Amino acid sequence: MANVISDETIEYVGILSKLKLDDAEKEQAKKDLEEMLDYIDQLGELDTEGVEPMSHVHPVSNRFREDVVTNGDEREKILKNAPEERDGAFVVPRTFD
Amino acid sequence: MELSQMSALQLGKSIAAGEVKVKEALDAVFTAVDAREAEVHSYITIDREGAYASAERVQQAIDKGEISSPLAGVPVAIKDNMCTEGLLTTCASKILCNFVPTYTATAVEKLQAAGAVILGKTNMDEFAMGSTTETSAYGVTKNPRNTAHVPGGSSGGSAAAVAAGECFYALGSDTGGSIRQPAGYCGVTGIKPTYGTVSRYGLVAYGSSLDQIGPLAKDVSDAAAILEAISGYDEKDSTSIARKDLNFTAALKDDVKGVRIGIPRDYFGEGLDAEVAAAIKKAADELKAAGAVVEEFDLALVKYAIPTYYTIADAEASSNLERFDGIKYGYRTEDYSDLHDMYKKTRSEGFGPEVKRRIMLGSFVLSSGYYDAYYLKALKVKALIKQAFDEAFKKYDVILGPVAPTTAPKLGESLSDPMKMYLGDIYTISANLAGIPGVSIPCGKDAAGLPIGMQLFGDCFKEDVIIRTAYTYEKIRGEF
Repeated sequence: MANVISDETIEYVGILSKLKLDDAEKEQAKKDLEEMLDYIDQLGELDTEGVEPMSHVHPVSNRFREDVVTNGDEREKILKNAPEERDGAFVVPRTFD
Repeated sequence: MELSQMSALQLGKSIAAGEVKVKEALDAVFTAVDAREAEVHSYITIDREGAYASAERVQQAIDKGEISSPLAGVPVAIKDNMCTEGLLTTCASKILCNFVPTYTATAVEKLQAAGAVILGKTNMDEFAMGSTTETSAYGVTKNPRNTAHVPGGSSGGSAAAVAAGECFYALGSDTGGSIRQPAGYCGVTGIKPTYGTVSRYGLVAYGSSLDQIGPLAKDVSDAAAILEAISGYDEKDSTSIARKDLNFTAALKDDVKGVRIGIPRDYFGEGLDAEVAAAIKKAADELKAAGAVVEEFDLALVKYAIPTYYTIADAEASSNLERFDGIKYGYRTEDYSDLHDMYKKTRSEGFGPEVKRRIMLGSFVLSSGYYDAYYLKALKVKALIKQAFDEAFKKYDVILGPVAPTTAPKLGESLSDPMKMYLGDIYTISANLAGIPGVSIPCGKDAAGLPIGMQLFGDCFKEDVIIRTAYTYEKIRGEF
C-alpha cells in the first residue's frame, strides 16, 4: 500500500525533528518518507504476534553505581566549546519575558 | 623490508627490538601522507605536531621498558566520530565544525596506553550515516585502489588511509557495516566485534544498540591484535560486557579442519554481481579444500533486515542527535528570533541532507500513533532475525558470504538514490541487528581491479573461530 504523507504530517515531523524546512525541502522529505515507509511496510508480511520486542541482544539490565563524582572541575574546558558564554555559564536566547 | 610495507605488528616488533625508532615510523607514514593525501583525502584532521610529541614520549617509555604492547610506537588513524581530548572531532558534520572534546574515547585511551601514536582523524559519512563517505561536510574520500571510485563508508577515510599506507592501522565504527563494507571496497581487513566487546564511551552515538568500534588493518593478525588492545568491560558504557575471552591473537591458527561453514543461499540471489559471487565461491572452495565442512543453507528473513535496520537505527539516531542544539558546543546559527528558532536554524544549517532524512524518519516512527506499527514492529522482527541466526549457529561455526553486492561504485553515483544505496547494506546489517561479530577480508579483484571482500560471521562471543578461519584463508590467498 502506498503511504501518503500530508502537509500536516510533514509539518509535525519538522517540529519533532527541530528542523526548519523550506517548501522544496518539505516536498522532498514527503517523497523520501513515503518511499521509505512503503519499503518498511514489508515487515507487515511477518506474523509477530506474541514476539517479545528485542531492544538489546544481550540480556543486560540496569547497572547501578554510587552517585560519586570521579572527575575534577572541568567548567573552563567545557565552556571553551560553548558558542556563547558569560560568567561561567552558557548563554541562551531569552526563553520567557 | 621497507618501513611502509610493514604490517602494524611487524613494525611494532622492529620498534621493540630497537631496529626502528618511533620517529622513523612517523616519517615514513607522513611521506606516504604527503604523496597520497591530496588525491585520496583520507583525513579531516592531521595532527603532525601532536604525533611527533607523542612519538617522543612513547619512544622514551619503550626505551625505559614501561610499555611492552606489540603495537607500541605504531602510528594509527582514528575515525572522526571518536572523541580525542584536545583534538578536533567533527563527525564529518558542520554542526561539530569547532568541537574540541574534553575527554578521550575509552577505545582510543586503551590504544594510547598501549603506546599507539595518533596521526589524526579520518573522514567518514556525516555522523556515520552513509555507505560511500560522500556525505561528509569536508569533501569526499577517494578509493586509493582506483580514485574514480568511492572507498565505501561510513568508515571510508579509515579504510582508505590503511589501503594508501597513510597509517599502519585505523579504528572505525560499524552500525550497519561501516567497518566491513569500506574494508571490502578498499581491500583491507576489518572486524566488527560482538556488541558490547569494545566500549562505546566517547564514540558519538548514531544507533546505540547497534554501534561497535573495531579495527581496519593490513591483515588478520593486525586486526586481531588491535581488537585485543581495545576490548574490555568499561563501567562508563553500561552496555559493555565483562568478557574473559579477549585473547584474540590466540585464535591466529592456520587450521580450519572440521570448521562448519554455512553459505546462505539467499545471499546469492538477485542483485549480486557475478564477479563478486565467483570470488566468494572460489574462496569457500579453498577453505573446503583446507578441511572445512562447507555447505549451503537457507538463512531465514534475509530481505527483512534492511527495513528493520533503517527503522531502528533512524529511531535511535533521531533521539541521539537531539543533543546538537547550538547551546553547549558546536555550531550555532548567526541570526535567530527566539530559542526554538535558534534550535531549528542551527540544526537545519548544521546537518546535511542524509542526516536530516534519517532524523525525520526516526522521529516519525517514534511518534505517537506510529510507534507500534513501525518501531515496535521492527524490534519484534529484530528478535526473529536473532532467532534465525541462533538456529543457523546450531549447525555452523561460521556463516560465509560477500561483504557487498558489488565492488566500489563510481564517485557521485550513489547519493541521488538513497533507497538503492541502502540496499547495498544487505549482507552487513544483519550482524548489527543480531549483535554477532563479522570480519571482512579481501578475496579477489574484479575486471577493473577493484577489491572484492569476503565476510565471515560467527555467533556472539565467537570471534575466535572467524579470526581463525580468516587467518587460514589469508595463508591460502597469499599477499593481496
